[in-house]
Amino acid sequence: MSANVDRTRDLASARALHRRLRRLGEATAPAGVLGAVLDELGLAERYLSLESPIGTLYVAFNGGRISGVAPAADDAAFERTYRARTGRSARRAEEAPSGLLSAIRRHLAGETVDLDLDLRQLSEFERAVLLKAREIPRGEVRPYGWIAREIGRPGAVRAVGSALNKNPVPLLIPCHRVVKSDGQLGEYAFGPSLKRQLLASEGLDLGRIDALAQAGIRFVADLAGDEYCLPTCRWVRDKAPSEVRWLPSVAAARAAGYRPCSDCRPAAIAV
Amino acid sequence: MGPGGFATRSWARVFDLVRRDVDAGPADDAGSGEAVRAGQAECEEQVDDETLTRALAADLDGTFEALVRAYQDRLYAFGLRLTGSPRDAEEIAQDAFVRAYRALGRYPAERVETLKLRAWLFQVTVNVARNRARTRRPAEVPLLATDGTYEGLADRPDDDAEQPEQVAERQDEQDRVAAVVATLPERYRAAVVLRHIQGLSYQEIAVVLGQPAGTVKSNVHRGVAYLRAALDAAGLSIGTADLAAGRA
Repeated sequence: MSANVDRTRDLASARALHRRLRRLGEATAPAGVLGAVLDELGLAERYLSLESPIGTLYVAFNGGRISGVAPAADDAAFERTYRARTGRSARRAEEAPSGLLSAIRRHLAGETVDLDLDLRQLSEFERAVLLKAREIPRGEVRPYGWIAREIGRPGAVRAVGSALNKNPVPLLIPCHRVVKSDGQLGEYAFGPSLKRQLLASEGLDLGRIDALAQAGIRFVADLAGDEYCLPTCRWVRDKAPSEVRWLPSVAAARAAGYRPCSDCRPAAIAV
Repeated sequence: MGPGGFATRSWARVFDLVRRDVDAGPADDAGSGEAVRAGQAECEEQVDDETLTRALAADLDGTFEALVRAYQDRLYAFGLRLTGSPRDAEEIAQDAFVRAYRALGRYPAERVETLKLRAWLFQVTVNVARNRARTRRPAEVPLLATDGTYEGLADRPDDDAEQPEQVAERQDEQDRVAAVVATLPERYRAAVVLRHIQGLSYQEIAVVLGQPAGTVKSNVHRGVAYLRAALDAAGLSIGTADLAAGRA
């Protein structure tokens, strides 16, 4: 009997000691630890901001490599966004790596600039989608299905949309130039109105795009030539209505004896 | 999912996380210099060791911050209980992470992927602490910070709201228990801290300390006996109040 009481008391006291000790493990590291470690290892990411056609644009970089781009209202908003997207933190840069800002500005202005982009966190498919989107010239748009076909995955139209939604460097990789195959502009990570704004800033004639989409026109052929194009292809977009023929489908284009343009490669996007 | 394992998020998911984070209230520190901890509450999805090692093997640089976030409190607490000094604990934790990064960079990917991450990180930390202890005179190792407090102690998440004086009392008692732990002979201290404060298994501790599991077990037991005696001597014995609390 008394042995039982002792045993109960021992157990309770062991539990009490255990509880006391576990509490000693509940310390919180000082706020500076993470920053100090990342600084020492050269892993700290930095960002800066610049004005763009859609407001203040934030650019994060690691070494000379651009690891993230996003429009944001202020520093705190960008820091939250960057952290939520990458799991990593970025701090405002004291100064930009030489040439980076001007390279980005020139790129946004439409020049061909070779920017070093960090796409390591993406799958091969996602990378293929984004690199293909990068080929779409300023002032033009391409359908989601066009990307799927061009990278050899014609059935993966929806997956193309998901991959574009993971674009770590919007604007620098112009995922805003990818639209629905019926000519509607479709979704954008930062909202459809920013997409319109961006495309308009690049010289796209939105009124014409909307009108064609509404009329069910998917292709345009130059009456003076024998090829048919996507409506924003540089060969047809500036033609007067009297110089072109409107086509609702690939079948209609074929029936009229046109072959697909070798620049915008419109074939097989919507049969 | 990208090769990194957990870092590829869609913008839709990002905005969802940020919205939840903002709704949860302001970040505890707003300055951009403190970005490091901003938005931590909700943007932080719990990452398990297996996900971490897989991601580290694929992309060390892109993943290392996640490792530091996952382990900084534990390694700091470990250093704090080994040394009794918040300042030493901070330096030990930092040093351990830097060494861990360099070691991971040297290991082949297969080794990183199959690493028993928790035991390995504690092992690195023990080595850092031992190297430091060896290069300084024992008298310089403080048992308590000069002001007698442990600034790093986090409040226990309170289930039933405690009165401030109760918190103060518990905090004070906790400090004294911590001071007693810091007086344990070195060969017992690490074993007891790893087992009872960090909650590692005997097998893991054997890896951390490079000792047979049997030795670890007996050191833990002796250490606990020593600790009980020392707590008694310090007037902190497990009394009737604790017994009552233990039953509640």
